[in-house]
Amino acid sequence: MTGPLLEVRDLRVEFATRRGTLRALDGVTFDIAAGEILGVVGESGAGKSLTGAAIIGLVEPPGRVSGGQVLLESQRIDDLPREAMRLVRGRRIGAIFQDPLTSLNPLHTIGHQLVETLRTHLPLSAAQARERAIELLRQVGMPAPQARLAQYPHEFSGGMRQRVVIALALAGEPRLIVADEPTTALDVAAQAQIIRLLRGLAQAHAVSVMLITHDMGVIAETCDRVAVMYAGRIVENGPVDEVIRRPAHPYTAGLMASVPTLHGDGRRLAQIAGALPDLDAIPSGCAFHPRCPKASPRCAEERPELALVRRTRAACWWPIVEPGAA
Amino acid sequence: MSDARTPAPERPAPAATVAEARGLARTFDLRRPLAERLLRRDAPRAIPAVQDVSFAIARGRTLALVGESGCGKTTLARLMVGLETPTRGSARVAGVDVHATLAGPADAARALRRRMQMIFQDPFASLDPRWRIGDIVAEPLLEQGLIPPAQAHERVTALLASVGLAGADVRRFPHQFSGGQRQRISIARAIATSPEFLVCDEPTSALDVSVQAQVLNLLVDLQRERALTMLFISHNLVVVRYVADDVGVMYLGRLVELAPRGELFGAPRHPYTRMLLAAVPDVHGARRERAPVQGDASDPLAPPPGCAFHPRCPHANARCRVERPELRDSGGVHVACHAVEEGRL
Repeated sequence: MTGPLLEVRDLRVEFATRRGTLRALDGVTFDIAAGEILGVVGESGAGKSLTGAAIIGLVEPPGRVSGGQVLLESQRIDDLPREAMRLVRGRRIGAIFQDPLTSLNPLHTIGHQLVETLRTHLPLSAAQARERAIELLRQVGMPAPQARLAQYPHEFSGGMRQRVVIALALAGEPRLIVADEPTTALDVAAQAQIIRLLRGLAQAHAVSVMLITHDMGVIAETCDRVAVMYAGRIVENGPVDEVIRRPAHPYTAGLMASVPTLHGDGRRLAQIAGALPDLDAIPSGCAFHPRCPKASPRCAEERPELALVRRTRAACWWPIVEPGAA
Repeated sequence: MSDARTPAPERPAPAATVAEARGLARTFDLRRPLAERLLRRDAPRAIPAVQDVSFAIARGRTLALVGESGCGKTTLARLMVGLETPTRGSARVAGVDVHATLAGPADAARALRRRMQMIFQDPFASLDPRWRIGDIVAEPLLEQGLIPPAQAHERVTALLASVGLAGADVRRFPHQFSGGQRQRISIARAIATSPEFLVCDEPTSALDVSVQAQVLNLLVDLQRERALTMLFISHNLVVVRYVADDVGVMYLGRLVELAPRGELFGAPRHPYTRMLLAAVPDVHGARRERAPVQGDASDPLAPPPGCAFHPRCPHANARCRVERPELRDSGGVHVACHAVEEGRL
């Protein structure tokens, strides 16, 4: 019996501000199994990027992790000293961000950057590292990898740059990749290519992926499971088909209905009433209750925890249980 | 330059046409300063951002233009409202040549400005952070002299209500609003002068999905109520499906397909349109394998000869590599593709 690759337990992140302490993550709990792709969705400010940052130890002041645990292969990594955490990042967890240019040094060729990264993490000679760099570029689908080693980031298209970033993230042979909006800055064609690549890597190398995105279409085609965040908490976590086709949480249902699709004849999108709450005014009980069509007095008073509804888990006192659904 | 300012020979557009592009083209000169050019012996560098684009939008209809980044769709939007000057061709709105009118007598220019408005992608950059919302929305009304200042408050309150904001919001500043609310403010300002023609450049790309749904619904409602004629620019085909009557697909500065919405989504003709549709991530086709997409868009500095799409096209043959296909009408659907024309596709 092996446990999950990544376990996140009751994670809390706070921001000290002049108006007092804001709780941006409030008890986030989830697992990622080996080789699994977990999608984390939510709207701006829901806490999805912050969850990723907390896992890789990159929460910036005035934010701080104020509670909870993060375990990678059953070992706590949230309390590691800075230097030790820096080694975990890169060697055991790779990170991919939205804008590939922030992860690449414009002054060095990509060959130089790959070789440097490889030799930081693995005991390789310069020649071996170069061979490995070519191999990595080939893995991420870069045509003519040998020739491209000598090129600088600006000589690549957006999609190709993101491939280079993925190659860099893979250099330390990590078990987990945290990818924060990796396809958001890309055109739809390049987006499809990157998604195929991430799925292929997860399958071929048993790498787990935490894919943070606001794009439900990307989640639908990429992930095994999906966690939906709202106001700093996970409100639903389940198999991707279940969450998308038969969501149990009313927020998930509203979110899915507001996604434009190529099907159906409607010329009107379903909309969720109201707006996301500010961090300094998160409603009591279930944070979604003021916008929820199913809310009852209990929802304003007691905060629901994740509980099994069919094959998904929802934090809701009145989850949607379809009649006839087994 | 000068020929763009001379009104085109008068051939009145059909009565119902509100906005029209006639052979519009815009080239951006990217050359370095002269001294540097002489030193480095640079070749001239120019991006043909928009080339020979023609379309007409009838009153109360919405034309959406889609394409990948760099295809020229934003330049085209800016050409239509006179924010860019065409290198060739003309833009006509409400029966007059946009660029000739804006360069002409002040009265006529002002009258035209009242009749066309634009909404931009970034609701954070398009509102002056030092102005209160009331002033932002009232400005076009007062600048146009459409109402006396004493009536401004009442009108602004009504406009804010029509986009779902509270009257009390007039005293607040842009930073006190979320992205979706800011885009509502932009919309209130844009419709303040009761324009006939509204250009929306990626109005929801910066918004979250639930907010996007609210803003798209608002635009569709306003358009119906006010019989607005719209040009809607987006990189997202799926979004366009909810707002457009007709859809134009652009590739490297040219229209490659222009069709009614149902035709474009139901029976896409051009290989590029098909590729875009196949590449759309679809929530309800979970775990569907997307069609493999070939290559990246070509360098706009050096567009390929012949059909610009041929390096990525699975149906390209020798003719496609040398001869550029014209946009041809076949039963209301306009397509620029040799393969379609020859019946190979």
